[in-house]
Amino acid sequence: MKLHRKDILGIKELSVDEINLILETADSFVEVSTREIKKVPTLRGKTIITLFYEPSTRTRTSFEIAAKRLSADTISISSSTSSVVKGETLIDTAKNLESMNPDLIVIRHSAAGAPHMIAGVLNEPVINAGDGAHEHPTQALLDMMTIRSIKGKLAGLKVAIVGDISHSRVARSNIYGLTKMGASVHLAGPATMIPYGIENMGVVVHTQIEEAIRDADVVMALRIQTEREKQCIFPSLREYARHFSLNRRNIGSAAKDVLIMHPGPVNRGIEISPDLAESANSVILQQVTNGVAVRMALLYLLAGGNA
Amino acid sequence: MNILLQGGRVIDPSSGRDRIQNLLISGGKIRARSADLKPTKGPAGRKRNDDLYVIDVSGKIVVPGLIDMHTHLREPGHEYKETIASGSQAAAAGGFTSIACMPNTNPVNDNRSVTEFIIKKAAAAGIVNVYPIAAISLKSEGITLSDYWDLKEGGAVGFSDDGRPVMNAALMRRALEYASSLNMPVISHCEDTNLSAGGTMHEGFVSAETGLVGIPGIAEDVMVSRDILLAEFTGAHIHIAHVSTAGAVRLIREAKSRGVHVTAETAPHYFTLTDEAVRTFNTFAKVYPPLRGEADRAAVREGLADGTIDAIASDHAPHARTDKEVEFDYAATGIVGLETSLGLSLSLVQDGVLTLPKLIEKMAINPARILGIRKGTLADGADADITVIDQNREWVVDPRNFRSRGKNTPFKDWLLKGKAVLTIVGGEIRYQDL
Repeated sequence: MKLHRKDILGIKELSVDEINLILETADSFVEVSTREIKKVPTLRGKTIITLFYEPSTRTRTSFEIAAKRLSADTISISSSTSSVVKGETLIDTAKNLESMNPDLIVIRHSAAGAPHMIAGVLNEPVINAGDGAHEHPTQALLDMMTIRSIKGKLAGLKVAIVGDISHSRVARSNIYGLTKMGASVHLAGPATMIPYGIENMGVVVHTQIEEAIRDADVVMALRIQTEREKQCIFPSLREYARHFSLNRRNIGSAAKDVLIMHPGPVNRGIEISPDLAESANSVILQQVTNGVAVRMALLYLLAGGNA
Repeated sequence: MNILLQGGRVIDPSSGRDRIQNLLISGGKIRARSADLKPTKGPAGRKRNDDLYVIDVSGKIVVPGLIDMHTHLREPGHEYKETIASGSQAAAAGGFTSIACMPNTNPVNDNRSVTEFIIKKAAAAGIVNVYPIAAISLKSEGITLSDYWDLKEGGAVGFSDDGRPVMNAALMRRALEYASSLNMPVISHCEDTNLSAGGTMHEGFVSAETGLVGIPGIAEDVMVSRDILLAEFTGAHIHIAHVSTAGAVRLIREAKSRGVHVTAETAPHYFTLTDEAVRTFNTFAKVYPPLRGEADRAAVREGLADGTIDAIASDHAPHARTDKEVEFDYAATGIVGLETSLGLSLSLVQDGVLTLPKLIEKMAINPARILGIRKGTLADGADADITVIDQNREWVVDPRNFRSRGKNTPFKDWLLKGKAVLTIVGGEIRYQDL
């Protein structure tokens, strides 16, 4: 089986079959990371560039480990400033990198649509590792992989996503993915964090966390970016935590075997209480583990096609 | 040179004229006796004698020269985007005989020397009439009024801090009062910059999906509302630039019914496109105010139909490739319009939104009235500013053919029906594609 597309820019464009193919391929790569010699020769001789215009620990490391376990050579470029500030356009940067014959480029950028722009000018596959508040497809794929590996399915599950939906690419990609796969997605957050018209994406919106997580099979807390306080989208962290933090008390209304997820990095005590993050229901670290397998799958499907 | 436009359908809403008629141009003016001339039998375009150049325009529409009351010519300061000469060429090619240019140049047109520079440059280019609009406030910073009297004497026809909305209501009040004593309009770019802060597109379902920061329609409505109240209070004339929202249309309609001296314009992209055009992160569709939702687009068309919106102006905003070939967030805002405005606006006639005479009112007569310039008529003795339109000419928008230096149009490859085929300014042919 092959993925008949050059790039992975978002979940929106993916079909159910494509998502299934990626998740199944990822499942098959899990085992590689448990070996004593954690390496397969699949992408030997291939060059993968990760281009990060936004700080990232988890995602970048995950991509690099995924590439290395497939025996690809990786080059990692991070720029704290935008290409505009640097004085070279993103397109020029991308074309210069292309001139060194890489086989795949991974990009994260604070501007929505930046990966789409370079995918349009490059011949090599491009993977979006997060663009603005738009999409974070590999995160949604690893989330779906995690849920599916434990629940055995996605269809019919109730998934609650809690927090700042407006600024969350994780939320958007998960909404696309989970609704495509037949899950019912409920959002919760103060109205200032819910974008207008989001119901049209096929989700149910709540302004009380309790309604969203009642009988939920999965509850996903989103990271609150503390600098958002200044934009008046919430009064204070204290107030937010009192009403939208996942804790022992409100999680009681969810299904008994509810999965507690978080894309990281976690603000302990703000969007989730520390004991809940460490509870038996929490799969936060499994998400990270699965991230490597999902990224191995994508690198293999996009860059390994002709091997 | 004397020109006889022969056999065209002459539409002059200023006098209610709409009939097949010859039109004689002599000494740079329109001559009434043209109506009495018999059509000649000679071949089209052939010089009948030393004096008369006969042009066969049968099957075409002859109208008062079109006026685009809202353009950006970028000179002085941003000549790499456009010059007064290249913008004038673009205007003539688009069927415009007169254009007004906004003051957001570098330096800002907030003093007489810049106004006179623009007029001098336009005269040197010698293609179309260029009317400078001067800044409401010094450097368009919204703090101190510029010298309106001096600017008027220098040739300015209105005041606007276009692109730098006046947030200070007290300054706007004084601007309206002061301009009204000179009988000049204040042209308002209505945008509450607190409500629009950080935004790059319309706030709606497309921004919800793309995660781009939205500019809500109310950022415009709130300011339209404020400016209407200020105009009502001062009795001054406020002109609302580039109306893009249903709310603004409703507010202006109500204000007009109360007798407030408010006029309004919209741009072709607001009655043609919606925020869907931004979904692919196409920076050529990035414009302020942003392309709105379908309900807004419909309301703008309704506002044009019922007379709430007086004028169509292109908000011609040329940019260089380097300004647009970047991430959407960082891309310059604006769409070039001079060369597509008429073609897109004629679709309003094809769609039954406007009659042809009504369209000409909005593209020639009303802009002249709003700016107080003696244009927009084919009356005897008037300046021979004339546009000939071929309603049936189909053409494909190809930015490579634009006279404008700016190629930033979201309408590339669109098939349009109808275009200007002859542009005459002061009796001289400035563009011809017969």
